[in-house]
Amino acid sequence: MSKNNSFLNRLFMALVFIFLYAPIFLLIIFSFNAGKSNAVWQGFSLEWYGKLLNNRLIMQSVYTTLLVSLLATVIATIAGTFAAIGFFAMRRKVREPLMTVNNIPMMNADIVTGVSLCLLFVAFFNGWGSFAAWFNSLGLFHLPTRLTMGFGTLLIAHITFNIPYVILSVGPKLRQMDKNLVDAAMDLGCTWMQAFWKVILPEIKPGIVSGALTAFTMSIDDFVISYFTAGSSASTLAMTIYGMTKKRVSPEINAISTLLFVTVLVLLAIINIREARQERLRQTRLS
Amino acid sequence: MKNKLSRLTIPYVIWMALFVVAPIIMVVIYAFSSADGGFTLSNFAKMGTYAVVFTRSFKLAIIATIICLAIGYPVSYIMSKEGPRFQRIAMVLIMLPMWMNFLLRTYSWMSILENNGLLNQLFQKIGLIALYNSIFGTDLQFFRMINTQGAVVLGMVYNYLPFMILPIYSVIVKMDNSLIEAARDLGANSVNVFRRVILPLSLPGVLSGITMVFVPSVSTFAISKMLGGGTELLLGDLIEQQFLGGAYNPQLGAAISLVMMIIVVICMVVMNRFGEGEEQAVMM
Amino acid sequence: MKKTLALAMMMVTILTLTACGGNSSSGSKDRVVNVCSWGEYIDESLIDQFEEETGIKVNYQTAESNEALYSLLKTGAGDYDVIVPSDYMIGRLIAEDMLAELNYDNIPNYALIDDQYKNLSYDPDNKYTVPYTWGTLGIIYNTTMVDEEITSWDAMFDEKYAGQVLMIRNSRDALAAALLDLGYDINTTDEAQIREAYELLSAAKNNGVYQAFVMDEIFQKMEGGNAAIAMYYAGDYLTMLETNEDLAYVVPEEGSNWFVDAMCVLKNAQHKDEAEAWINFIAGTDANLANMDYIWYASPNAEALEQYPAYYEETYGEPLDQETFEIMAAPADVLDRCTLYENLPAKTLTLYNDLWTELGI
Repeated sequence: MSKNNSFLNRLFMALVFIFLYAPIFLLIIFSFNAGKSNAVWQGFSLEWYGKLLNNRLIMQSVYTTLLVSLLATVIATIAGTFAAIGFFAMRRKVREPLMTVNNIPMMNADIVTGVSLCLLFVAFFNGWGSFAAWFNSLGLFHLPTRLTMGFGTLLIAHITFNIPYVILSVGPKLRQMDKNLVDAAMDLGCTWMQAFWKVILPEIKPGIVSGALTAFTMSIDDFVISYFTAGSSASTLAMTIYGMTKKRVSPEINAISTLLFVTVLVLLAIINIREARQERLRQTRLS
Repeated sequence: MKNKLSRLTIPYVIWMALFVVAPIIMVVIYAFSSADGGFTLSNFAKMGTYAVVFTRSFKLAIIATIICLAIGYPVSYIMSKEGPRFQRIAMVLIMLPMWMNFLLRTYSWMSILENNGLLNQLFQKIGLIALYNSIFGTDLQFFRMINTQGAVVLGMVYNYLPFMILPIYSVIVKMDNSLIEAARDLGANSVNVFRRVILPLSLPGVLSGITMVFVPSVSTFAISKMLGGGTELLLGDLIEQQFLGGAYNPQLGAAISLVMMIIVVICMVVMNRFGEGEEQAVMM
Repeated sequence: MKKTLALAMMMVTILTLTACGGNSSSGSKDRVVNVCSWGEYIDESLIDQFEEETGIKVNYQTAESNEALYSLLKTGAGDYDVIVPSDYMIGRLIAEDMLAELNYDNIPNYALIDDQYKNLSYDPDNKYTVPYTWGTLGIIYNTTMVDEEITSWDAMFDEKYAGQVLMIRNSRDALAAALLDLGYDINTTDEAQIREAYELLSAAKNNGVYQAFVMDEIFQKMEGGNAAIAMYYAGDYLTMLETNEDLAYVVPEEGSNWFVDAMCVLKNAQHKDEAEAWINFIAGTDANLANMDYIWYASPNAEALEQYPAYYEETYGEPLDQETFEIMAAPADVLDRCTLYENLPAKTLTLYNDLWTELGI
């Protein structure tokens, strides 16, 4: 490739990155603004960072977001890994229709997933209301008659859209695995539990990790599905921000995004530097 | 032993039945019922009125997808040609914005594009608006950028560009270099190498990139509300309005969702068929 | 890859720690009340004050508009105890049996409410509501961007201001503006009149008059000088005026809507006692003064409204401008031009819904 060409390439990349980062840097800059505006600079201040710590609404929603994302990731990763192993062991004829269903939440528009889950929950709660009323009339023990959407439904929704991503990244690793390994282990007297822990798991670990990571990112980034399934008692950060964009976005939101951004950036930088160093070490050792 | 292992799917199959299949059945039921619960087709009869929204949504989503492809493909290609260090940093930089909520990034665009926003302030300072006015004899105070379809497309491109870059990049970077060398050795020039070898081989990445950009674009509702000003509804807005917005009518909302879902599925199937055809042609 | 996971975990731990730090002070107590109101509609220090006084935790949420609140309640997405809808929506909720009758013994401050705001058409026997605020709907415009003095609803439909007008994003108010401009009653059930009003709106929209359809986004847009004309509520105008002095407000000559927003308890509320405690607290004179000062909406509490000019002078060391006070609490001659919304029959409501959806297209 000619020198000139590579300069143009670099320039193009630079422009794309400016496009991607300009709005983010603006948010960061204006998180230090003394005024409330996101367009007029009124002097430097750390006011919004102080206020952030006292803003119950925002802190609560950060907490909800992290909690739901973590729980959903853990549950979806475990469930998805087992499901992927099960799919792997299935005959093709059975597997293919099931895989199609599995792909629905990924292919479907978020809003359809959200709306459909919302309809299901509401219908279930109505049904439950009548059932609980009937059951309570029997006088055995008391069931709550009124259920509402909240953290529980939010979690179910997140698990549901996370599992397919886990299966998708574990599946290929299973297919790469030597199928005879498991049979050999069982022939040598392993129970299938042992076979799982000692043979399958080490083989598919990278798939599980990347699946979990994807699931976690999807959960953190999600807004639409949460919006339809969280009800009013649980609010994720995205929902709080959406509520704010309808009025005046408080600069505290800029502050929390800056903190998030800087945390991720620093951690990624550390990891990359360490990896690069290790690579160099390996290379020197090789030579 | 295989059968024993396949039992591991049972819990997930039940889960899918409850939370993937049942909700969709609910949508179908709602779409075919009237407000008092009886069966009706009237929700679909109204669909003609909303044809404009369907065409607008699909138009904007297609434009956004094309722009994403036009930017995303070269980015992925250039990246894959750079050294590993550059690649790693670039990947991190592309993923990083996804950790910041898309609503925030979109909100930031609002303050950039407003009539009195940062871009217009900048244009004013450097005299661009005055220049424009003197050339075209107009009397503009600002360029109108926000609350236009262009702004909505910009928002889609901005938010979904990483979804285009990642799959294409991951396919290109895994491409077997010996194939390209072989093509060169056999006398193909670089245009031909690209057209005959690289492009077909990267097609799966392109297809999944298109899907990952097109589906959220066509169904978005927050972006259009924030950057489009609510004067030009998209499908997502229309659906949201029927459920949690200002015109409560979940039956109609379900019907619109259903129609949208079917159209999207048809698009995907057609596209994948087309893709498979291409791939097979390459194989042969 | 392992490292990436470690990264994610680390970040989560850090954030969880900070989140807990911010959170632990609130603690979780058994007594809770879920309140749903509008954006920018309360002096938030009142929430803390109430929590301190009673030990009841307030879960404060907001909805965008009356219609959106109705959707939230109907889909079951909203689990509230206290809501603060406007007059016509209260009428509708009562008609659909969604509100609980209040026990006024628990709300002694109800006695402080001016009789003028009791037994209104939406709740004739006053069994369900305690008024929160009242005010007028009018046109807000930026005097540096509009040369003339605006006095008529025509301004909301005039092509002269193409691209400069913000239309309100709720069906009742938007259609009311059109109905008033055409000289019709805002509570009309005549389909032809409503359709004519819709045509007016739709024609203006197709001619590019509207820059956007907004609710509370209006603050940022009008304060920043991003639009010239908008229609909104008097109290919010005064809030915007604090940031942008060029704004003016008018209740158009054709008349307008005056509204009462009142606190109600939902029939299926889980915390009725706490809800009544909250309502009583908010109806008190001190709370009303604080609220009035913060949100600029007039209080229905006679004592508070009377004391407000003095309160203002004491707080800010300067007398309250009479003009400002009259915009907040419209005098009789303005109110004479204004009508209260009434709940409309189901058929008309469906028409509103359909037309509103069609307008968006």
